[in-house]
Amino acid sequence: MDSIDVFMQVPTSISAYLEQELDKRFNVLKLWTVPNKTQFIKDNSSSIRAIVGHGGAGADAELIDSLPNLEIISSFSVGTDKIDLKKCKEKGIRVTNTPDVLTDDVADIAIGLALAVMRRLCESDRYVRSGQWKKGNYKLTTKFTGKTVGIIGLGRIGKAVAKRAEAFSCPIAYFSRTEKPELKYKYYPTVVELASNCDVLVVACPLTEETRHIINREVIDALGPKGVLINIGRGHHVDEPELVSALLEGRLGGAGLDVYQNEPEVPEQLFGLENMVLLPHAGSGTTETRNAMADLVIGNLEAHFLNKPLLTPVV
Amino acid sequence: MAELLDLPEVLIIQPPPPFTSFESDFTQKFNILRAWESSLPLDQFLTTHAQSVQALLCHVFTPVNGDLLRLLPALKLVVSVSTGANHVDKAECRRRGIAVTNAGNAYSEDVADMAVGLFIDVNRIISAADWYVRRGLWSSKGDYPLGSKISGKRVGIVGLGNIGYEVAKRLEGFGCKISYNSRSERPSLSYPFYSNVCELAANSDALIICCALTDQTRHMINKEVLSALGKDGVVVNIGRGAIIDEKELVKCLVNGEIRGAGLDVFENEPHIPKELVAMDNVVLSPHKAVLTLESFKRGSEVMIANLEAFFSNKPLVTPVMD
Repeated sequence: MDSIDVFMQVPTSISAYLEQELDKRFNVLKLWTVPNKTQFIKDNSSSIRAIVGHGGAGADAELIDSLPNLEIISSFSVGTDKIDLKKCKEKGIRVTNTPDVLTDDVADIAIGLALAVMRRLCESDRYVRSGQWKKGNYKLTTKFTGKTVGIIGLGRIGKAVAKRAEAFSCPIAYFSRTEKPELKYKYYPTVVELASNCDVLVVACPLTEETRHIINREVIDALGPKGVLINIGRGHHVDEPELVSALLEGRLGGAGLDVYQNEPEVPEQLFGLENMVLLPHAGSGTTETRNAMADLVIGNLEAHFLNKPLLTPVV
Repeated sequence: MAELLDLPEVLIIQPPPPFTSFESDFTQKFNILRAWESSLPLDQFLTTHAQSVQALLCHVFTPVNGDLLRLLPALKLVVSVSTGANHVDKAECRRRGIAVTNAGNAYSEDVADMAVGLFIDVNRIISAADWYVRRGLWSSKGDYPLGSKISGKRVGIVGLGNIGYEVAKRLEGFGCKISYNSRSERPSLSYPFYSNVCELAANSDALIICCALTDQTRHMINKEVLSALGKDGVVVNIGRGAIIDEKELVKCLVNGEIRGAGLDVFENEPHIPKELVAMDNVVLSPHKAVLTLESFKRGSEVMIANLEAFFSNKPLVTPVMD
């Protein structure tokens, strides 16, 4: 299959496993290695049959239209918000993602962020390293066990977050497109009501037109000066300027963020805040999971080019 | 002031932090003898004012030994703020017919939360990555290195008491496989038991130290145990610094013989081995596992409950059985 042209816009991971495996099987066109990107796409437009995307780089209508022989987009992510799915459906282009294999890691990070924010793990780590402990004890922080955890989106990741939080005796509440009566968690019909009734609010839904800025000023104010926001979804779930001003003004208790509007740019005003934890989109960032995701990307591409059923199709 | 005189007397030599945070809860019910506020030297204060005092509420920094007890002839109860009550000479108290209470379960949840937090942090490199982002390195240097998956890890709990059990429960939620070493097996629990900590280490991806510091547990986590844990292993300590041979731990970390560590306690607090300051694969915490307002509230409630029980001749809530 190494005559098949597979297009990648950005390197996908700090570990080169995916690229190595792709290189073994396909002719991989690496956009980040060429100086003139627009020309490169033009020159190769008719030979590209597949795109490997990821959470930050998918395929919009313009790119799709410029690749007449594109057959499949295999995304190294579970989120497909950066791919024009409607366009793909219209043109019969297949789309695959990497569900399930990253559920545990992302849920682990959600709880890790909540603990790190509420117990000030990062801040107190720096307190020790800088020698401040010699001058005095650290201050009191906030207990996590028993706090109400509100989850937006009770899909695979949302459910996994709930399972972990339950082990901390946290009552679970949620907002979802539809109520799930088979689960014994408390359902709220609006995000504002959920935010008013929880201590830790976790964003775990896909990014769509409906969920863009689902965390807005009203929700942030409802969560309040003791509330903690955890975003393991997408940066655009949150109205970022509103979040920043709420944190600077003390209207929100704290936040743990893994995603941002314009990665890798993070609002610098957040850098000096001690009630924040900032991660570089590392939700699925373990060697084990990135390898499993890569195997799914490769598996889907191979299945497609061998005319077998796709492993994890979205479209 | 008549009401004050009717309240039972409780001596405090140095106020423990939970008392300070919830003082009015105590002063509503007890007449506090505030030795720390007096200008008199302690022994003079005690011989002058504390000869009929029956109850002492104490900080971990108040050693309760023969020297102190000699000065308190009427003492019948020592209420310690801590779980271990290691600052209390229990044998001496027993000899004198003085009951001792500890904090029971008051802090277990917060300490367990801390253990799990440190465990997630070490494996997923949360603190190091947060620092990376704050220095602007994500946009200038690129993605941070990958961490290690937590789900499915074999976690060895060293000391399956109240805290160890809370840690085990939480980590099961993450899909970790729990086994343990403890003074004695707990047959009502289904976790695999290892009778020696070296064997536990050999069969674990991580060790979480939750036991008390005793003569038996001092430097129990030594070169042999760390070797058995291996180069992919991680140690989390929320017990006491001296349970681990700290010099050996540092050597193993420096040489890559274990993967990382999350430490809330150290052998010589507040000093830490200087080699740890520059390491990205350790998470350091200034002995703060119990430092939440909620745990102070619970601690105060337990201390008040024990005092109330004592003064109304009811069974103590959390007596120390040794």
